[in-house]
Amino acid sequence: MPKHITPAILRNSFDRRSIILGTLQGGIGVALATRLGYLALFENARYQMMSESNRVNLSLIPPRRGWILDRNNQPIASNRADFRVDIIPDRLIDKDKTLDELAHILQLTPIDLQDIKDKLEKARGFQPVAAGEHLSADLYAAVSVRQPDLPGIIPQRSFSRFYPAGPCVGHLVGYVGAANAEDYAKEHNPLLITPGFKIGKDGLEKRYDAELRGTPGARRSEVTAGGKIVRDLDTREDVPGKPIHLTIDAGLQEYAARRIGTDSGACVVMDVHTGDILAFVSMPSFDPNSFTDGVGRLEWKMLADDDHVPLRNKILHGLFPPGSTVKPTVALSFLEAGLDPNESVNCNGGLQVGNRVFHCWQHHGHGPTNMYKGIYQSCDVYFYYFAQKIGMDNIARMLHRMGYGGKFDLPFPNQSFGTVPDPAWKEKKYKKPWAIYDTVNATIGQGYMLVNPLQQAVAASRIASGNIVFPRLMANDPIRAHEPFGVPKEHLDVIRSGMFEVVNGRGSAHEARLPFPNIQMAGKTGTAQVVGLNMNGGNGKIGAWKHRDHGHFICFAPFDNPKYACAVLMEHGGSSHAAFPVARDIMTYLFDKQKGMDVLAPLEKGWGGTPQERMAAKYRSYAAQYGVSAPQVDNSDEAVESAVAGPADNAQPPQPIQSEAASPAPEPVAEAPAAPAPAASPAAPKPAGQP
Amino acid sequence: MSSSSRSIIPEPLRRLPWAVLSALGALTIFGSTVLYSAAGGRLGPWALIHFIHFVVFAGLAILVSRLSRDRLRQAAYPVYTLLVVLLVMVEAVGKIGGGSQRWLNIGFMNLQPSELMKPAIVLVMAHFYANLPPSMIRTWRALLPPGMLLAVPAALVILQPDLGTALAICFGAVVVIFMSGVPVWWFVGGGLAGAIIAPLAFFFALHDYQRKRVMVFMDPESDMLGSGYHITQSKIAIGSGGFFGKGFGNGSQSHLEYLPEKHTDFIFATMSEEWGMMGGLFVLFIFFVVLFRWGMGVARRAPDRFSQLLAAGMTATMFFYVAINMMMVMGLAPVVGIPLPFMSHGGSSMMTNMLCVGVLMAIEKWSRVGGSLN
Repeated sequence: MPKHITPAILRNSFDRRSIILGTLQGGIGVALATRLGYLALFENARYQMMSESNRVNLSLIPPRRGWILDRNNQPIASNRADFRVDIIPDRLIDKDKTLDELAHILQLTPIDLQDIKDKLEKARGFQPVAAGEHLSADLYAAVSVRQPDLPGIIPQRSFSRFYPAGPCVGHLVGYVGAANAEDYAKEHNPLLITPGFKIGKDGLEKRYDAELRGTPGARRSEVTAGGKIVRDLDTREDVPGKPIHLTIDAGLQEYAARRIGTDSGACVVMDVHTGDILAFVSMPSFDPNSFTDGVGRLEWKMLADDDHVPLRNKILHGLFPPGSTVKPTVALSFLEAGLDPNESVNCNGGLQVGNRVFHCWQHHGHGPTNMYKGIYQSCDVYFYYFAQKIGMDNIARMLHRMGYGGKFDLPFPNQSFGTVPDPAWKEKKYKKPWAIYDTVNATIGQGYMLVNPLQQAVAASRIASGNIVFPRLMANDPIRAHEPFGVPKEHLDVIRSGMFEVVNGRGSAHEARLPFPNIQMAGKTGTAQVVGLNMNGGNGKIGAWKHRDHGHFICFAPFDNPKYACAVLMEHGGSSHAAFPVARDIMTYLFDKQKGMDVLAPLEKGWGGTPQERMAAKYRSYAAQYGVSAPQVDNSDEAVESAVAGPADNAQPPQPIQSEAASPAPEPVAEAPAAPAPAASPAAPKPAGQP
Repeated sequence: MSSSSRSIIPEPLRRLPWAVLSALGALTIFGSTVLYSAAGGRLGPWALIHFIHFVVFAGLAILVSRLSRDRLRQAAYPVYTLLVVLLVMVEAVGKIGGGSQRWLNIGFMNLQPSELMKPAIVLVMAHFYANLPPSMIRTWRALLPPGMLLAVPAALVILQPDLGTALAICFGAVVVIFMSGVPVWWFVGGGLAGAIIAPLAFFFALHDYQRKRVMVFMDPESDMLGSGYHITQSKIAIGSGGFFGKGFGNGSQSHLEYLPEKHTDFIFATMSEEWGMMGGLFVLFIFFVVLFRWGMGVARRAPDRFSQLLAAGMTATMFFYVAINMMMVMGLAPVVGIPLPFMSHGGSSMMTNMLCVGVLMAIEKWSRVGGSLN
């Protein structure tokens, strides 16, 4: 542009450009005012809501869980006021620093801290992780004061589940725990991620979770961005869950659990008239109190190392060959088939069946044996002989009527109900014809025959009452009018008097006699073999624990007017000798608490205290031995749940096909030791259901 | 200006531009009110200091307004050079200290040379173009030297790193260049070049945190708990205020600490929550009066080329603060740390803006006397 530029031209240009600049400024000013109007007027409602939701924090107050009460309204599970501290993983800013500080305030041991870190690793998002429960008021105050500097740490007062009898009720009521991600996926309820809230994880706690849970309260409070509560706006109280009433006698439950001692055992006590379950014990057990805040490494190691499998409920998920405890029922089927109870067979220690000799546990023989003697001396030959005549179908029918192989209407999700074998069953399952040794095995409670302790208690109740008694656990369920068993009273009297002799006469368990002049007990022993005699040196009383025989005892009392029935199983107890003293003491407790406790006290001194005390001692020794070196629990929540919940509903453990006769295990009053195992039965089957 | 007080008030005082000072005083008092509420109903730590800052730096502005045109022109290059040296020193001290810093400790106060560079760059630019013969305005000589004058401090400030201040320096300088009459197509071309360079700069030149701010600005809700949190909370504060606001002392966003930097960069949001759109329009009105009416008016009425360019540049520098800050708090610009003049708590921004006001007052005075001399 050749044009000559003068100051006037520049002045002109400045004026024009200042209009452009002014327009730009004015335009931006108008844009800002418009934007302000858009935010403050047009979007006002939306932002007002967002501001309110910033300001007001609605926090749920976990409802107090309904109590679980026994038949006398004694609490089996209650709540206690508690100070607790939870960690919300998503709100942690500097995890390590916060944890270190918290550990310092709460005086956590390295083991505690390790467990908290394990849980934090697995927790997702807003799922709270318990850092401390049952804190003292001082510790709680110490954390509360420092809360503004500890983002993600929530101290609060709440209620926690309390089981006064601890491990004694573990398998009965289950336990509660914080909801996991799976629970939250199933039920998208904000209550589940409220710190301190627990849901039923197993057993009755899980089955009746809806009733027990209650309705949460709510608290509206004004909070700062940092989560600090400025003031509470209003509060709605929680509505506690409804209590559930059980037929259990809490005192008896605890007594039975303690009396089982250091062994692995189970016990069911029933009222023979109503079917009420008074005790439902499987020991050893876990302590549901310590499960509520998750399982730590050491606790898990303790449970995993224990060959007595504390997490397995032996009543619901244990299946055992019942041994001779089925003999009264088998005898009843003989009577039903028309056998005269006085008809005898001569027992000389064995019976030739086909081309094979089946031995009696008493190798010296019982001599002439009728039905009474067959029961009270538990003579195997008597049953071998007549079972062949009566036939397995008749026997199996009676076993089913007695409750064996049956599943009962109880509030537990899974029950393993075992097997009462008969020819049709074998044909269906194994495509093999019924063999004579199958009958022989079944009549002495071996072979394919598998039962659980509940069925044994039901059978004892039915024999005692002469009614078809059904077990009942929930006190508010109607008492069923039990139909008569449908056999003549004389038949039952034969069986009962045989069982009376077992305890009070010439029978196999005279040490089981009750310490009362006017109350007698009737019962039947059982010793069930677990492995072939050649595997444990021909003796089921010694050798490796898991190869020892199971000890059983079923009984009822008082004999003349039955009120209580009881079944005791001592897993690998060696013989029924391990079982009937337990049954005797439990029955003693039922009639005279003080007498029962007097017997227990010296025993517990020898065992190292109550189950709680023994568990605490074991934990201390584990803590000293392993410290923080125990391996991490994989997915503890799921692992515990699946271990406690047991196998799927009717899943039966695989049973090997039987091709041999089982040797009867020796009964406790055998005077002479058993002879070496006969070559004829080299490999007695290993009953299934054993680890 | 009140006519009744003419006889009592001495001449120099009467000559001060009272309208502007009282408008800015009103804005500052309003700012102090907001700071008083933000501090939970206390004069400390912000409200009182804020007003004292105003009084002190208004005095500085009055001193500046007494400077003559020649004194100011003589000072242009020395001041500029001194500030560049100080910027280098800041950089060096930062390097030695093993971190970045923006200020120098000069005993009694922390001096932030980049703040002073904002008016200084305008001064040196205006001085350069006033000296440039008009015939050269369309040649490379009109662009290359000022380009270099700008590049050195801008680069030093970006290195600090302080993108907001660097942009403010550039904006003031570019406005002076534009007003000087250089060909418009340079700006069109420059705009096109910027459109090409900006994405490249975004990916290669910006720091991670700066890039993140730009990304978050594009979609604040994508990062609710990080940088987007600031923008979102600020919009909530402004939006929830409505037209009349929640009332003095009732701003939950600021009192419950949802609003970040409630007393500095986000003071407009703090104010809007309690005073609503009403308060926002008042602030906009004051800036309209001070910048659009008075600042640009002074520029148009300025007696010579130097004063014209200087006035336009000073107005633009103040405008940049206002525009960027308000766009930022309303979600129209990325989060860059730029305070709102006369509202935000903080001495250095008050000082810079008062220097601009003082220079504008000086120019206004020159046009009153100088106009007759011309």
